[in-house]
Amino acid sequence: MTFKKRPDGRKFDQTREIEAKAGIIKKADGSAYFRIGKTAAYAAVYGPRELFPRSQQDPKKGRLRCNYNMMPFSGAGERVRPGPSRRSKEISMVSEKALLPVVDLSDYPNAVVDVFIELPQTDAGSRCAGICAASIALADAGITMRNMVSAVSCGKVDDKVMIDLDYEEESYEDGDVADIPVAMVPDTGEITLLQMDGKIKKEDLKKAIEMVKKPLKEIVEIQKKVLKERYK
Amino acid sequence: MNQDFKNHINKSLNKNIRMDGRKKDEFRKITIETGVISTAEGSARVKCGETELIVGVKMGVGNPYPDIPEEGVLMTGAELYPLSNPEFEGGPPRERAIETARVIDRGIRESGTIDTKKLCIKAGEQVWMVFLDVAPVNMDGNLIDIGCLAAMAALKNAKFPEFKDGKPDYKKLSKKSLPISKVPIEVTVAKIGDNFLVDLTDDEEKFVDARLTVAILEDGNLCAMQKGGDSPLSEDDVFKMIDLAIKKSKELRKLL
Amino acid sequence: MGELLVKDKEVVVPGEIIAEGMDYLPSFGTYRKEQRIIANRLGLLSIDGKVIRTIPLAGRYVPRRNDMIIGRVIDILMSGWRININSAYSAVLMLQEATFKYIEKGANLSKFFSLDDWVVAKIIRVSSQNLVDLTMKGPGLRKLDGGRIITVNTYKVPRIIGKQGSMVSMIKEVTGCRITVGQNGFVWIQGEPEQELLAVRAIKKIGAEAHRNGLTDDIKKFLDKNKVKTKGEKQ
Repeated sequence: MTFKKRPDGRKFDQTREIEAKAGIIKKADGSAYFRIGKTAAYAAVYGPRELFPRSQQDPKKGRLRCNYNMMPFSGAGERVRPGPSRRSKEISMVSEKALLPVVDLSDYPNAVVDVFIELPQTDAGSRCAGICAASIALADAGITMRNMVSAVSCGKVDDKVMIDLDYEEESYEDGDVADIPVAMVPDTGEITLLQMDGKIKKEDLKKAIEMVKKPLKEIVEIQKKVLKERYK
Repeated sequence: MNQDFKNHINKSLNKNIRMDGRKKDEFRKITIETGVISTAEGSARVKCGETELIVGVKMGVGNPYPDIPEEGVLMTGAELYPLSNPEFEGGPPRERAIETARVIDRGIRESGTIDTKKLCIKAGEQVWMVFLDVAPVNMDGNLIDIGCLAAMAALKNAKFPEFKDGKPDYKKLSKKSLPISKVPIEVTVAKIGDNFLVDLTDDEEKFVDARLTVAILEDGNLCAMQKGGDSPLSEDDVFKMIDLAIKKSKELRKLL
Repeated sequence: MGELLVKDKEVVVPGEIIAEGMDYLPSFGTYRKEQRIIANRLGLLSIDGKVIRTIPLAGRYVPRRNDMIIGRVIDILMSGWRININSAYSAVLMLQEATFKYIEKGANLSKFFSLDDWVVAKIIRVSSQNLVDLTMKGPGLRKLDGGRIITVNTYKVPRIIGKQGSMVSMIKEVTGCRITVGQNGFVWIQGEPEQELLAVRAIKKIGAEAHRNGLTDDIKKFLDKNKVKTKGEKQ
């Protein structure tokens, strides 16, 4: 059996429905909500603020610190045990690296900007949704950033190249699957996050990355729009 | 805590005017939505003023405790996400998160909200485990009362997953609801100076001398209590606070 | 020929292209990349001749020399106090800047200011590493005795104060409250309970609508509509 149609009827180059909002957490310096299909992320930015312990301070510039966490009821299967896991620590780190290239904290030596990403509900693509929310939240907090970062996955199911795989597609069993989360500064083409698990030919990877550029641009436009909507 | 500022607030409270203009015994506007989380077997989002939290119910199958082999397990967790308030720190749950979870848990457990005997699949071997998790998104005070209210809404909303080949099939929810018999409502009454208040905001909580959380059943009986805060309470205080809690619990119950 | 892609006074967001061509000069909140001027901060576009800058809409307070700020004592040091000034950095009030009075060596400093006290102070120094020094010597600088503090966006402070203090004066006049607006976004208010509440609402309204036109009239109408009469003691 080959994979012909996506289970939810999407075209291969089509993302799931996207909903975004800026400024949803009152006590944060900046915040956002980003949902793609059934995967939703909240992000809150606190800072720049004083960084403790002092040994982590950098006297040349401020630090960016990301923390990704899944709420206990956000997984499709069993309850997710609260607290950091190896997985959440790694995702926190790659999310930080995905955002760092656009963020300028040179005015804030020794300080920290904290980004907290919480996932209330997931259906694959959660790190990408988190990065999209975090990018909006950082801009909302008035942090200096030379551009926005957007993220979505691309990949392959059986012999079809596509974007924004959901959980059902990721768990397809009758053929090879490759899931490739990508974060990018779409205006410059810089790739700031790239991971993959699965199996894919180099030519197909090329195709997948070509295909993901357009939705990444569209997501940036949504991010910019919701930031402006706060001031209408 | 700044005594001058506290005296100022007390003066205002003596006129029954709170920092945000409410009366002492007035809750903020509460909205409840249920079924908001597709990955949970039951869920609710409750907003109370600027406090907003999500409670999700997850169900699993596990081994019963050896001393109660015919009963299922109910567990309540709460975390104070640093996302929701600048004063919350990351890391393992601290005293306040643990107290919140335990006080909500106590209300539900002691009231016998869920008949845990009905969660038994095979005595001594397999029982349903019900996990209740309180997740604040916006934290502006009164986590316990709102958390308990959201927990009850989420429990009522929950459906068992299908049970197949000795394990739950999370893709298919059955039509079966949880065996809920009692619905406790928790109300926390705080004392600032000589004034008794309900539903405190973050700003107000800083000035609290003492507080008393009371879990109340439909018939007006009490099923759990917790005194908090650094100052002691007189017996007279305690009963005044309980009376106020009972009165307010009737309003909250109507929202469920 | 240079071309502007965004109108003056519009909201711009990071990454937004504001102008094409070499005719314009990038200033605060913007940068040049080849032919383009691009925003690097959320703000309101402000075009002054050829110079393009943005006025921030969000962000923490950036300490500046001579600013009058409101702060909270968070630590008592060997020879001074550490003060939270609603910024990325805390400030220090040194002993010799705290009062005109003579303070004996080894005196108990909490007699002058203790933890959680609120003060109105002035910034006298900001170092390259953002170390901030304060003074309490000067007119209007003092410890605050009772009242309440609210936090507003520091970039809305100029609107709350108004031209030559017109906005805050209007609120003081209608409500009879004492109000001090710190440049850092902490605002102190003290008055009769009902009046204080009205003042808080008015200030929050200004914070929420600061980017709109006709704000002064709106606030005047709001105050007139919600005016409360109270008898009794004046503060």
